[in-house]
Amino acid sequence: MHWIGEAAVTALILIGAFFLLVGSFGLAKLPDMMRRLHGPSKSTTLGIGSLLIASMLYFAVVGEHISFHELLITIFLFLTAPVTAHMLAKAHILRSQKDRSSLPPTGQPSGWATLDVDK
Amino acid sequence: MVRRFFPHPMLTVWIVAVWVLLANEITFGHLVLGLILGVLIPLGTSAYWPGRPRIGAPLMMIEFMLVVLWDIVVSNIQVASLILLRRGDTLRSQFITLPLDLKTPEAITVLAGTITMTPGTVSADVSADGRALLVHCLETDGAEDTIAQIKHRYERRLKRIFE
Repeated sequence: MHWIGEAAVTALILIGAFFLLVGSFGLAKLPDMMRRLHGPSKSTTLGIGSLLIASMLYFAVVGEHISFHELLITIFLFLTAPVTAHMLAKAHILRSQKDRSSLPPTGQPSGWATLDVDK
Repeated sequence: MVRRFFPHPMLTVWIVAVWVLLANEITFGHLVLGLILGVLIPLGTSAYWPGRPRIGAPLMMIEFMLVVLWDIVVSNIQVASLILLRRGDTLRSQFITLPLDLKTPEAITVLAGTITMTPGTVSADVSADGRALLVHCLETDGAEDTIAQIKHRYERRLKRIFE
């Protein structure tokens, strides 16, 4: 393996590990539920993204075969991560009296979908 | 007739492609199995997805993806620095209401997903009539700026792609 490829793979793995660590750290550090949601829902995308690109690059350079699995993992991640965050936020709005009363108005005739259950 | 057996032709194509990529080799067996799944899954789920989105402006789609990818990188660095450099309770976080110009559920879903993946924002809820999104910002100077940015960068492009 050429040293340039090796350096690129190493750099990508380090960047990925850094952002994953920061995302998890944010989850532990930030003070309330809605802020905590920001850490893992974002830092993990670039973190895991870098690791997957590193994996693709490694197999392309080593030259056994080009693998598309990483691309699929990325797509699945991009499909599922926002949905998970959205459901967590909805559950939180439903449960938290404090946040529920401080929500901004919708500006529409109907309320927010989580709370507007009679319709 | 075609509509009845292939409620979402693009979904069928996607499922076959993903199946072949999962197998990581193109053989007749994988293609047939992929096709069977590609016909059965859209049939089984069509009750929950009645509409059929029309996608115009494929070039715009590529532009949109590049813009989002770039924003994901920028937002990760921003959020990482906020997490590392600021005390959690000094962050000016708040909920804001984003009125929607988009009408189709598919476009709104993509917009909500994009908002969650990009700079310091998470989409938290949608209004019951689907005309506004509830967005939580990690750090914001004012609701107007964030709304204007989302509208300019994402919603304008999604409107051209889906509507």
